[in-house]
Amino acid sequence: MNTFMEQLPIVVHSLNIGFLQTLKLFFVTLIGALPLGLVICFGTKSKITPIKVVLKLFIWIIRGTPLMIQLLIIYYFPGLVLHNPIWGGDESGRFAASAVAFIINYACYFSEIFRGGIISIPVGQDEAGKVLGMTRSQIFFKVKLLQMIKRILPPMSNEILTLVKDTSLARIIALQEIIWAGQAFMKGSQGISGAIWPLFFTAIYYLICNGLLTLLLGGFEKKLEYFR
Amino acid sequence: MNILEVEHIGKSFEHTEVLKDICFSMEKSQVLSIIGSSGSGKTTLLRCLNFLEHADSGVIRVAGNVVFDADDKEYLKESVIRKNRLHFGMVFQSFNLFPQYTALQNVMLAKQLQAEKLPDFKSRKKEIFAEIEEEAKGYLTQMGLSERMNNYPHQLSGGQCQRVAIARALAMKPDILCFDEPTSALDPELTGEVLRVIKELAEQKMTMIIVTHEMAFARDVSDKVIFMDDGYVLEYGTPDEVFNHPKEDRTKQFLGRFIEG
Repeated sequence: MNTFMEQLPIVVHSLNIGFLQTLKLFFVTLIGALPLGLVICFGTKSKITPIKVVLKLFIWIIRGTPLMIQLLIIYYFPGLVLHNPIWGGDESGRFAASAVAFIINYACYFSEIFRGGIISIPVGQDEAGKVLGMTRSQIFFKVKLLQMIKRILPPMSNEILTLVKDTSLARIIALQEIIWAGQAFMKGSQGISGAIWPLFFTAIYYLICNGLLTLLLGGFEKKLEYFR
Repeated sequence: MNILEVEHIGKSFEHTEVLKDICFSMEKSQVLSIIGSSGSGKTTLLRCLNFLEHADSGVIRVAGNVVFDADDKEYLKESVIRKNRLHFGMVFQSFNLFPQYTALQNVMLAKQLQAEKLPDFKSRKKEIFAEIEEEAKGYLTQMGLSERMNNYPHQLSGGQCQRVAIARALAMKPDILCFDEPTSALDPELTGEVLRVIKELAEQKMTMIIVTHEMAFARDVSDKVIFMDDGYVLEYGTPDEVFNHPKEDRTKQFLGRFIEG
């Protein structure tokens, strides 16, 4: 098959399927890493020293090593080293392994962003809540959380845009996301081979997706402009 | 009967003794001003009363009941502290309003959260919240803010913010309302409007402890004055005793500039 116009619908169809997987990994990571990040963040502020030390060490390791290596270890380590291939060999196993790696990795970054948000809130807010007889959780949820969200939105937006693009790293364990789908046409797939343009074409998907996300996150920031 | 009795309160930070054997008492409906130079320990004393700091030694009693005893760990429990600190209201130097809530919401929030624990909360929620709102509006009106209830803190002047903070503290119906340098963050013009409402509260027989640098105000509004220096209570008496007949040279020195001016 030869002309570009003939190839285009086949490629787009393939890339759409790949991008769905990309989006799925993106959302699952977000939904898992946001609460886990908050838990880790609270853990690093814990009064119990061992918890604090272990979590700080964990964050150091996760932030200090490439996500790609973490993906490889999480996917291959159980099968190759422990002889217990918990993930199985199919696409759903690769997705589960990817999701675990991404959630852990991003939760560590998010926890540091949360920490920054928490320490940026003046101690007076805490004290005002206390003298009014509020409990610690009431102070956190009713007083500090929204102020914290407002402050962490810009760095969080950055991290979220990066996450969209980072999902392509799951290609290393052959998750069939959009990069994998694009690359297939180089090796040969559905009668198209040696074509590199589908791989370049994937950039447009990321660009549009991140454009939409930028608008959405900007909208959130605007919504929180009603207070200072 | 004394509404507040403070006995032998001591407090150190690291190796610095900030409060040394503080003793005083006050009667209901009295106004007590605490004066003294910066670093004399007056703010720390107020923070100990509100349990924002925990005294290392001493006893605090409200209306005869112990609310704090440094020798009894029971009084350091969070739930016990939360209950006991409601005897005291606190108005901060920097207002500490919640920026994401309107003036009215600031005044209502803690009351609404408290109401959630009432046994009949679920069945009477609307009624209870309406009562809370009515009361909150009352306090804001009393503070001269009836036109400003739906403004956010950043839309208000410093003086207005501080009056919202006073309304917020009043809404909890404390036995004793504490002010920590309530006008120190305000310019002279706005200072007047805040001092005016505090004076009105004094006329309505609100029991108050005021840490302040406003000497003339302290002299006019107080029933008792404490002069603190280096963690000690150096003078404790009526405004006439402290301002006009101070016993200690340090007090005379501190008041010198004020009296000459």
